[in-house]
Amino acid sequence: MKTLRTGHAHVFGQNIDTDQIYPARFIEYTEEADIKKYAMAGSDDPDFVQETQPGDFIVAGTNFGCGSSREHAAITLKGNQVGAIVAESFARIFFRNAINLGLPVITCPHVHAHVQPGDQLQLDLKAGEFKNLTNGWTAPVEPLDDYIMNILSHGGIKPLMRAMTSQGKVRE
Amino acid sequence: MHAIEKLLAAKAGVDRVHAGQIVNCDVDVAGINDLYYQTVKSFVEMGGQRVKHPDDVLIFFDHYAPCATVIQAEDHKKFRQFAHEQGIANLMDVNQGVCHQVVVDRGLAKPGEIVVITDSHSTMHGALGAFGTGVGATDLATILITGKLWFKVPEVIKITLTGHLHPGVYAKDVILHILGDLKADHGIYKAIEFAGPALKDMTISERLALCNMTTEMGAATSYIQPDDRTRNFLKAKGVTDYTVYTTDEDYHYQEEITYDVGQIGPQVAAPADVDNVHDLSDYQGVHVDQAYIGSCTGGRLQDFATAAKILKGHHIALDTRLIIVPASGEVTRECIARGYIQDLLDAGATLSPSGCAACIGIHQGLIAADEVCMSTSNRNFPGRMGSLKGQIYLASPAATATAALTGQITDPRDYVEAE
Ligand code: SF4
Repeated sequence: MKTLRTGHAHVFGQNIDTDQIYPARFIEYTEEADIKKYAMAGSDDPDFVQETQPGDFIVAGTNFGCGSSREHAAITLKGNQVGAIVAESFARIFFRNAINLGLPVITCPHVHAHVQPGDQLQLDLKAGEFKNLTNGWTAPVEPLDDYIMNILSHGGIKPLMRAMTSQGKVRE
Repeated sequence: MHAIEKLLAAKAGVDRVHAGQIVNCDVDVAGINDLYYQTVKSFVEMGGQRVKHPDDVLIFFDHYAPCATVIQAEDHKKFRQFAHEQGIANLMDVNQGVCHQVVVDRGLAKPGEIVVITDSHSTMHGALGAFGTGVGATDLATILITGKLWFKVPEVIKITLTGHLHPGVYAKDVILHILGDLKADHGIYKAIEFAGPALKDMTISERLALCNMTTEMGAATSYIQPDDRTRNFLKAKGVTDYTVYTTDEDYHYQEEITYDVGQIGPQVAAPADVDNVHDLSDYQGVHVDQAYIGSCTGGRLQDFATAAKILKGHHIALDTRLIIVPASGEVTRECIARGYIQDLLDAGATLSPSGCAACIGIHQGLIAADEVCMSTSNRNFPGRMGSLKGQIYLASPAATATAALTGQITDPRDYVEAE
């Protein structure tokens, strides 16, 4: 896993729910190639998919990903190669889904007030530090539990479980 | 330790756990709903070959029941195939209803057990003393392969309810009031426990509504200490094998809050946030195009009994439609047996098959731009029940039935007390 990441900011507000990230009307799609077309389609920035570049960051206020359990919300952001999501807090299921897909979800208090759309951002997962390279604002990020870091460092739960099932560590 | 901690410790096979700790637990009930064929895909991608405990797995055809598009039908077909291959007998087909209500109807949510479903409102099962929590598809696939899942032991917020509910005011008003007060992010990662004397008066149906909506506070789970009501409810279903854990006297709650339910009147969550809660009287007179009684929050037998009482012998307003969706097949049959459906149909209601229906804006009762829907469900953000420009007010079944009757937001107390 890349522990030093840089990218441009896409900024969203508080309580960005899963219908903003991935509207319910597209839920019946099950392939990432389809799912990635509708990222943030229900939000204030419905053109996100056209505008985003691989490695870009999403920055948000509190409770990012609240609402339904749909994994599509994490899949669509991963499909658009979002580098990290940095928010003041995350809804629990979204957090789990993102970690499972190997998508870094980073909790950083007050981040929303210190980032403008398009700012160049840097995340150092090893040092636990977030930096806005455009305005110089630096903040520590909340450390991730070892259990979660282990999943992330394998690139998500799927490669981890695959390794376990193929080594016979999971008895079926 | 808290009862929830004891439960998690037992399921993880350890003596003690503490808040913040990550534990890997045996899961007793693992539910997949039809929105998430992704679960099967993740199972295959992770190298899964056989489901470890097929008897603990349920597949629910609820959000698409019955299918409205070909893609939905294809998803159901693939699920049927998977259930067949894996020996999953508990395929809850399109006649069964909303996952959470089916679990409760069948007595599968029990004190001391872990219920995990690919649906956020799994917090509801705390009303029966279970650890209920929602997960995404890949987490559920992990359970399919290993029978286990990791959980972070939550801190617990205790909400004590005192006083007596006034006639015309219900658990739904209480939880809306609490949501308006504490706001949508108050409970993130936390467990919300309800306690106190007012709870003793509440039926299991009302307790389920309370716990169901803790999801809208971000809660990981919720809890009500099982009591005689819980035991009697389960006994009537023939369920007696479960473990009741109790919280130690010296357990330290993260936060303790008290509400006097006697101070709460009918509430609404106005568009477009679930915590945008006000006294219903502030919106008195707003025209209602559609009244919707259904969902895992407000589609139980008691909810239809209340609605039927208000509407029996009357007719709904001319410019208003009333959609009724009993949460499960069992609820539908019971409502028919008791005459509620007849009363509501006579009053002009439209009966839709059990399932999630318009609660999630997929089918069976979507609203158009600028239309107003009053609903007994749990979410009112833009587009939840159809057009992004539709307006959703969340309220109790009594308030929703009253709105159908008068065609506008109306204080239900005037109609309930008249009975
Ligand atoms: S009834 Fe509504 S809230 Fe409940 S599970 Fe179905 S879609 Fe979700």
